[in-house]
Amino acid sequence: MATKYFTDDHEWISVEGGVATVGITNHAQEQLGDIVFVELPESGASLTKGGGAAVIESVKAASDVYSPIDGDVSEVNSALETDPAMVNSEAESGAWLWKMSIGDESQLTGLMDEAAYNAHIA
Amino acid sequence: MGNGGKLKELPLKKLHIKAGATFGAFAGWSMPLSYKLGVMKEHLQTREHAGLFDISHMKLVLVTGHQSSDLLSRLCPIDPEALGDGHSKYTFFLNDEAGIIDDLIVTRLGQHRYIAVVNAGNVDRDLAHLIDNSEAYDCSVEPLDFVFLALQGPASAELMAAAGFELDDLYFMQATEPRTGWFVSRSGYTGEDGFEFGAPAADAEAVAKQLLADDRCQLVGLAARDSLRLEAGLCLHGQDIDETTTPLEANLMWAIAKPVREAGRFIGADALNAAISAGPQRRRVGLKPDGRQPVRAGADLFDGDGKPIGSVTSGGFGSSAGHPVSMGYVSSDLATVGTSVFAEVRGKRVPATIAKLPFVPPRTRRGK
Repeated sequence: MATKYFTDDHEWISVEGGVATVGITNHAQEQLGDIVFVELPESGASLTKGGGAAVIESVKAASDVYSPIDGDVSEVNSALETDPAMVNSEAESGAWLWKMSIGDESQLTGLMDEAAYNAHIA
Repeated sequence: MGNGGKLKELPLKKLHIKAGATFGAFAGWSMPLSYKLGVMKEHLQTREHAGLFDISHMKLVLVTGHQSSDLLSRLCPIDPEALGDGHSKYTFFLNDEAGIIDDLIVTRLGQHRYIAVVNAGNVDRDLAHLIDNSEAYDCSVEPLDFVFLALQGPASAELMAAAGFELDDLYFMQATEPRTGWFVSRSGYTGEDGFEFGAPAADAEAVAKQLLADDRCQLVGLAARDSLRLEAGLCLHGQDIDETTTPLEANLMWAIAKPVREAGRFIGADALNAAISAGPQRRRVGLKPDGRQPVRAGADLFDGDGKPIGSVTSGGFGSSAGHPVSMGYVSSDLATVGTSVFAEVRGKRVPATIAKLPFVPPRTRRGK
């Protein structure tokens, strides 16, 4: 069973079997509007907590996506390169952005759970 | 902007709030950026049916008096007397160096009676320019307090007819005064057929509500207005053109008749004619990024050898074109459709091709 956490910057991170999957929240995609381009990190890239990892471009503007934790990128969702609008339709499922290793387990404890995130955006 | 930084509010603000508008600051005004449909759908709605835009931040200025045409032919590279009644012309206020102070539309309403529509961001500068120069002529300059709306898209004529405006005689860049205190022109900023109309607030609100009662008409915000005009290859003053760019560099010489330019009565004529003799260093061009990544204003442009050649002045995603669209300036020797260039976006070089403007074919109702 995966455990899902949320950041102040509207990323979600789902952890299962030592692998973390990262995306942006449904609330974030609503705020961004129609998404037309997603720039993903390189597979193998080392990310640091709070560092820019991806860029999502909507018709309005470009927005950074930050890595919620330290770790190395193991896989990216290349389907988004041809169909960026998936982020609008399935932000918290099929439109995950990248998978990564968990460099520092303790960084997860500082993140929000779903109830706390819902209160954060309310 | 004055006003201690406080934004000016649109007279029809309540209508926009009710329609779920998101507001943002533009040229000193609090403006609807988008509504519930969202930018992309508002853009497509306008091209497929009709979009209603509140453009009351723009200013209509009445110029009257028996030397009004002398004033206008001094300030703009046009021959106002050559315009037929109810005919409009896209033109400029130029400075002494032929830099573009503003771009505007001048309409001749009748003998010694003209109306100018100028950009929100330049109103104070434009009015000062008009009023200062008007002292030498027997004419008056009167800014109007109108609500100014634009209805754009293929359903516009039918919608206006249903709202009681029979405008079949009007072609692109023609205007009329259908009711007391009303000004309607067949023009716009989207490349579509459509109208721009100014009226007292209560009248305009009643017509807006009538138009919006038809499902084919939706309110459209400034964000989609920007992507629509960019696809249509139209310049935004302050971004694509300004006091440091000449109509020659901006590829807007089509707006200046050769006899007017050669007669040289307008401010900036000498500089413009000298610039033509010398040839422009740079030119405004359309740019089509090769992939899906938008290349926005401010991106630097390079040739294949990495040499800087210019920069992007407007860019985004063209929802009707189905790909990113940009415009900008490049060295004249490279300003040829089909030339491959590179734009720098977040430290990476994105390939792009110099493209023909507009990105979507215009569908304005051209005269015979």
